[in-house]
Amino acid sequence: MVRLTRRYRFPASHRLHSSKLSEAQNQEVYGKCNNPFGHGHNYVIEIGVRGEIDLNTGCAIDLTLLDSLVKEHVVSAFDHRYLNEEVPAFATLVPTAENIGMETRRRLEAVWPANFPVLEKVRVQETNRNIIEV
Amino acid sequence: MFITRKAEFSASHICRSPAMSDEQNRAFYGLAANPHGHGHNYVLEVTLEGDPDPVTGMVLDLKRLKEIVNEQVVEPMDHRFLNHEVPPFDKIIPTTENLAVEIWRRLEPQFSSGAARLHAVRLWETEDLYVDYFGGV
Repeated sequence: MVRLTRRYRFPASHRLHSSKLSEAQNQEVYGKCNNPFGHGHNYVIEIGVRGEIDLNTGCAIDLTLLDSLVKEHVVSAFDHRYLNEEVPAFATLVPTAENIGMETRRRLEAVWPANFPVLEKVRVQETNRNIIEV
Repeated sequence: MFITRKAEFSASHICRSPAMSDEQNRAFYGLAANPHGHGHNYVLEVTLEGDPDPVTGMVLDLKRLKEIVNEQVVEPMDHRFLNHEVPPFDKIIPTTENLAVEIWRRLEPQFSSGAARLHAVRLWETEDLYVDYFGGV
């Protein structure tokens, strides 16, 4: 069994604002991240899988296929986008790193091939100091 | 307690399976199947598990760890074409996965008798791809 981790990078903008909170509460909870016009990050998403090495290919996963799935279903949807306005899930869900991680996992699980190794980790690095894992 | 030491080596390789046609190899491995090979700056992280020695305060003398990693991995692999110069990669495909397993095989016996044992090998092929191996199957 090996674990293989692949990183993908994209810049995007977002605003942290909950419709369930008042203006003052939003300011208090999210601080600068609540600024009305949004702001951006260089996101790094790590996808970690766990599986056996295939004896014929020497690989634990078809990396070409993983790359194309992640690019098609995650990166191309988020890359250079204002997440709140341009990604349907974030019309109702606050696009925190946590929710970006959950949405990434949902998107990948929906298209994850049956013969793929276990999707073990989705890690979202929003800045060098702010990292979540789901 | 875990202690991790990094090492770096640069090497070239080709990822092609003899069981596949040229077309299948290209589809599966992409550019990595190019017949003349290509290279990477590999970064290796070797993690040992053990308790600090009550006298030295160290899990293992880091100088000794560096020597072992150099002897077993860096010297034989650095600036080599892995498929042609570093067995068993004349017979198995030097993917990151297989390299991590081979590095484990080379290092593990070196720590079988001491206080520290090999816990994990992490091999970075690029900044965007790494493999962890913890031994076993």
